[in-house]
Amino acid sequence: MKIEVKDAPGQLVAALRPISDAGGNIMAVIHEWDPTLRPKTRIVQVVLDLPEERLDGLITTLKAAGVTILRLGEERLLLKRSVIMIGHLMHTDLSDTVGQIDRTGYAEVVEMHMTMPGIAQRSSALLTISATNRTHMDEAVKILRTVAKKKDLLLVEPLEEVA
Amino acid sequence: MRVAILGLGSVGRGVASMLARKGLGITVTGIADSKSGVCDPAGIDVAAVLEKKAKTGLCGDPAVTARSIAEGGEYDVLVEVTPTDVETGEPALTHIRAALAMGKHVVTSNKGPMALYFRDLTALAEEHGVQLRYEATVCGAIPIIQTIQHGLAGNTVHAVYGVMNGTCNYILTRMADEGLTYDQALAEARELGYAEADPTFDVKGIDTALKLVILANTIWNNGVTLKDVECTGIDLLTAEALTLAGSQNSTIRLIGEVVPEMGLLRVSPRILPKKHPLVVRDTLNAVTVVTDMAGAITEVGKGAGSVETASAVIGDLLFIKNCHVKGH
Repeated sequence: MKIEVKDAPGQLVAALRPISDAGGNIMAVIHEWDPTLRPKTRIVQVVLDLPEERLDGLITTLKAAGVTILRLGEERLLLKRSVIMIGHLMHTDLSDTVGQIDRTGYAEVVEMHMTMPGIAQRSSALLTISATNRTHMDEAVKILRTVAKKKDLLLVEPLEEVA
Repeated sequence: MRVAILGLGSVGRGVASMLARKGLGITVTGIADSKSGVCDPAGIDVAAVLEKKAKTGLCGDPAVTARSIAEGGEYDVLVEVTPTDVETGEPALTHIRAALAMGKHVVTSNKGPMALYFRDLTALAEEHGVQLRYEATVCGAIPIIQTIQHGLAGNTVHAVYGVMNGTCNYILTRMADEGLTYDQALAEARELGYAEADPTFDVKGIDTALKLVILANTIWNNGVTLKDVECTGIDLLTAEALTLAGSQNSTIRLIGEVVPEMGLLRVSPRILPKKHPLVVRDTLNAVTVVTDMAGAITEVGKGAGSVETASAVIGDLLFIKNCHVKGH
């Protein structure tokens, strides 16, 4: 998350303490210097790991402590899974295929490598999906399965083991 | 112990020649191929029958049929190794039913009847107090059914998944190694005798699906059939897909998986890390059984071949001989 704190002694600690109190693991704190900022404020980017269900509580606590949250959620997509799609990917509207995942709000396609050997030939693409948690990832892959079936594409998924 | 062998194709010849060579206390009293047969309650000279078959194409008298041996032969165990028919299970189905109904043990390598009529046949065997064993139907030489039934006895099996078709595995290995197209790799597999002239049965995943049905019924006796398997083969894979998987230090294998708790019964090409225990090369098979006590057990071995499959048949025969035939 990106937060704005007052440029005064003890303010950063005061902003970070609620994260620890909420059981969050602070992985990195990055100060950003921006001359266009209001005087006497600092932008701080905090990379943290927190059980998802505690996020709303943390936001409330931070706001109550006078911390302005500028951006949240960019780093929320922690789980990644790569799948391969084979078929007439462009002719069947690739942006719609990707869009169906991106529109969920909880998962998105973050990387794609594609090879198209010839206009009439089937192309192959490696898609990496990010999602907030396992349930959402499974949902995203389920959407992809439906899309693949409808568009006559072969979807190759990773082997998810039961152990 | 006396056995009758029905079918003298690759598996039948493997079984017969190994019995002739090793002895093992087993007397062959009947042998039949699709056109002829030979019977002798005192014991047949198996080596001579195999020689005759190689020279003339017939193993015995055209008046003696597989069915007549199954129904009238003097044997303790029927070895049913005729070719698989996935539509009807015949003629194996009739042979197996006849033998079981007469109170004879049966050992088969035939996937058709076991996948189509698993519950009927196992119930018939139980009713008559005899053994019906079918180790050779799943993954050739790998003793996966023995492992599940005996080695892992008492465990709750949560899932089974694996590479169960050597032809597909060979094609995928070659596509990944050499960047061959699917058609090129298939042509190579045919030249080497790994793929049939009509490869549909293997490459569409039907063969793997049959094995899954047999395994699922063995473990959970859940009555699933081929129709219940969600099946995708490897025939639409591209060389580029293998390269893309390779770029992530992964590869693609045709995986059959049964996870009853998730309602999963599926055959599909899947992405696996190259170091994964199921990523075996060429025509090898590999199966993982996930259990509550033993954890995950993976067995790797040859999934086909005359002598390799004979190993499974003979293992079943000796199990019956040691545990179920009086006076052996």
